[in-house]
Amino acid sequence: MTPNYGKELSAGAVLLIIAALLPFASDGYMLSIGVSIAMYTVLATSWALFSGPTHYISLATAAFFGVGTYVTGAGIDLLPYWVLLPLAALVGGVLAAVVGLATLRLSGVYFVIFTLGLAEMIRQCVTWFQNQQGHKGTYVLTDLTEAHIYWQLVGLAALVYLIGWLIQHSRLGFALRIIGDDEQVAAHSGINTSLSKVALFIVSGAVAAVVGAIIAPRYVYIEPAIAFNPMLSFQVVIMALLGGTGRLWGPLVGVIPFTFLWEVISASFPNQTTLLLGLSFLIIVYLLPKGFVGLLQKIRAKTGGFA
Amino acid sequence: MKRRTALKLATALAAMSIAGASFAEGTITFGAVGPKTGPLAGGAVVTHFPNIQLWKEEVNARGGLNVGGEMMMIEVIEYDDQTNPAETIKAVTRLATQDNADFILAPYSTGLNLAAAPIFDRLGYPQITSTATTDQAEALHAQFDNIFFTLGTNSDIVGDAVKILSDLRDAGEIGNRIAMVNVADAFGIELAAAAKPAFLAAGFELVYETSYPLGTPDLSPIMKAAKAAEPDAFVAWSYPPDTFGLTEQAIIEELDVKVFYTAVATAFPAFGDRFGAAAEGIMGIGGVNTASPEFQDYAARHLEVTGQAPDYWASGMMYATLQIYEQAIEATGTLDREVITQYIKDNAFETVMGTIDFDENNNNNEFWTVGQWQDGEFKGLASTGREGAVEPILKSGWE
Amino acid sequence: MDIIITGLLLSGTYALIAMGLNLQYGVARIMNLANGEMLVVGGFAAFILFTGGGVSPLLTLFLVAPVAFFLNWLIYRIMLRPLVNRAKSRGALEQDAILTTFGLSFVMVGLMIWGFGGDYFNYSFLSRPIVIFGDNFGLNRVVAFVCAVALCAALYLWLNHSRAGMAIRAVAVSPESARLVGIDVPKLSARAFALGGAVTAVGGVIISTFLTLDASIGVLFTMKALIIVIMGGVGDVRGTIIAALILGVGETLVATFIDPGLTLAAAYAMFILILLFRPQGLFGRRPT
Repeated sequence: MTPNYGKELSAGAVLLIIAALLPFASDGYMLSIGVSIAMYTVLATSWALFSGPTHYISLATAAFFGVGTYVTGAGIDLLPYWVLLPLAALVGGVLAAVVGLATLRLSGVYFVIFTLGLAEMIRQCVTWFQNQQGHKGTYVLTDLTEAHIYWQLVGLAALVYLIGWLIQHSRLGFALRIIGDDEQVAAHSGINTSLSKVALFIVSGAVAAVVGAIIAPRYVYIEPAIAFNPMLSFQVVIMALLGGTGRLWGPLVGVIPFTFLWEVISASFPNQTTLLLGLSFLIIVYLLPKGFVGLLQKIRAKTGGFA
Repeated sequence: MKRRTALKLATALAAMSIAGASFAEGTITFGAVGPKTGPLAGGAVVTHFPNIQLWKEEVNARGGLNVGGEMMMIEVIEYDDQTNPAETIKAVTRLATQDNADFILAPYSTGLNLAAAPIFDRLGYPQITSTATTDQAEALHAQFDNIFFTLGTNSDIVGDAVKILSDLRDAGEIGNRIAMVNVADAFGIELAAAAKPAFLAAGFELVYETSYPLGTPDLSPIMKAAKAAEPDAFVAWSYPPDTFGLTEQAIIEELDVKVFYTAVATAFPAFGDRFGAAAEGIMGIGGVNTASPEFQDYAARHLEVTGQAPDYWASGMMYATLQIYEQAIEATGTLDREVITQYIKDNAFETVMGTIDFDENNNNNEFWTVGQWQDGEFKGLASTGREGAVEPILKSGWE
Repeated sequence: MDIIITGLLLSGTYALIAMGLNLQYGVARIMNLANGEMLVVGGFAAFILFTGGGVSPLLTLFLVAPVAFFLNWLIYRIMLRPLVNRAKSRGALEQDAILTTFGLSFVMVGLMIWGFGGDYFNYSFLSRPIVIFGDNFGLNRVVAFVCAVALCAALYLWLNHSRAGMAIRAVAVSPESARLVGIDVPKLSARAFALGGAVTAVGGVIISTFLTLDASIGVLFTMKALIIVIMGGVGDVRGTIIAALILGVGETLVATFIDPGLTLAAAYAMFILILLFRPQGLFGRRPT
């Protein structure tokens, strides 16, 4: 595998540069789609970093995202913007660590719903706290444009891929693959399963919080119902699963077609958007049981070529 | 694999460009974005979309708008933003760059309007909001030159409610004790935060004060506690589902107050239908001059064309923003957005809600703030300069 | 006293929301994210029949139950059976079920909006006070509570004392062993799913008498139902009932003695605490 390292990294770098050029080539429309793609790529990939190898489905993305949004919302008048992003990462990471340590005993569907309940609880606490403060509305007025937000997200995506790549090629990655196959075996072979899982959960929580912090200036006005929208958690899971969580690039190949599909449907059928989105989910699930990754691998196997 | 992906992408893009094909000459394209699904859809389908349908049908029925001598028909492209600001931003961008819309109507609600403001600003479209309330109009105007606010400020909405209660108290009609609750979402928190000091400054005593989360399934503990505090007036800064829920609980608890105030959705016709005679005397946010022939005529047309009655608050304001476009386009005889925007800033407009004239911050300073159900209509009690306010009546029982 | 009654009434609502999902998840192994939409459909039916024809929701129940049963049976046979057959493991089925029922929930929201629009809907049914031990309660909520109790009792008795019920419980405990003793697992799973859907729709009919609903609101009920089912433990009616009681009474206590602003936060906190001490839920079996 060693000889491939350079190749993989440089291929990634080239793709990244191409992605970063989008704002210069676009009239704003592709850029707004680009922001969606970048945002969901970061969220779904960091989600899959944890959930791919462990098979733990987390519905807490909205909690971390919302917390990040509020870090920017509350801090924008007090601190320089660039301080807020690492701060959001820190808050998200600490929160994830606490949650991760608390949930070690849970498995399967209990973990799934636990994270859902947790996200709602955090939202409730944030709103309650705001209410106690007699809050006057959270406005995030900055000079940041769509392009700035896009570049930050692409940069964050690069970071996530780098982390993911490093993890895959480290002892931690190896340990996680064993945990995913059989947690008992992993424990018996001396792997600290808890620590490995929590470490990854921290990464995905911190990343989601930073995404929230980056997106906050785009929304201008921060409302709990929007910052902590549970649909976000579901969408991230759906996109990652549609792509495939076995590979680092799996979520990306879920996010891109999904975003375009979403766009085509919203643009063409404004009155039946939800209905058609639902139908297309169903079709994808039935026709692509292994996600887009599975589809790509099948095509590769047939053509025998490299891709 | 690469070819297939490329093919798929091309199909997607082709489908998008078909959707974005521009309309024939001689039409004016208006873009409209709003929630048809998601948490705010229930309000948007009452207040937002029916007005667009009404206005389009009316204008086209009389041959279109007169743009410098040419009669141009109106074409509307609608998108569902699913109550998601990211979708609002995408839809507005799509309308501007793909559909080449001549104008884009402001989205629905404060949050979604503000999320779209940077895009309207950058693409050079005027954004005449009719469902956004904010106290930050000045700061927002400084950042986004083309945003207009018509529905009013939170501080005036609160201020007038406090004033009506103060007047009633000073007249000896009600006592000093107020129970105040609010929904713990941005809107409710802001209004409650403004109302609390205002009530205290006016010399009222807040005998019960609390918030409840959006989506609370059972509001009866709140109403029981409020009742136990023996208030003279009950004020709730509430959202649609809980406006209905609190009122129902008040009936069940036989809450004995002289003033009962709930916020969003009190002005919906559905509220009057739901509670019938029990609605009599309930106060709420908004209001209109129901006696004005313009409004009566508008309400009748609204019912006839869309099959539903307009609400007694933002519906008329939504329609008024459409009339502003109409008058600005016909007066300037152009579709040039810069000219139109400047014209809107500089001139006054006659609308179903009366004259609208924007100040230096693009703010409409004359709007309704408090209304009350009287004889089956939700009538304006207080406004910042509108005519036709009626005298408040006291709430007497729930039968 | 009034606090306990208020709490019990709310518990009844919660039981109605969650009971159907418990059957669907516990027996048919489908984590149905479209559960809340089925509830709203039931509410819609009650609303339309009441405002259109003056039909009492209490009669609508008996129409909605068989229709929803058949509809959910079809959904299971057509949409979910293929997933069950192709799933290699419990985890794979869970993933597929999440994806499919999430899609299904969109489809149902879309159909409701297409057919009936996105307005809020509610109507006045028995919304008058009834005095119990000197305190006022909504008659519609009391009726809903009675319905919830009847429904839970019927389900419990049926599951524990009838042959079909025993078989269903056997499937819930272990599909493999159930198959060995000659139980037709696929057929029973379909029936359990259909029954769960019918119970949820009936819950929607009852709940619509006192809550304001709209086509998009289903997801809130789905989330609440998931929380209750997991808190109580999967596949046990008793667990769901106890969890509904804990949440209902707990929320009312918090609303009365601490702050109504914290009710939902407290509900989720109780859920989290219980899972921390009993990772398999109150009545759940430890995963083997």
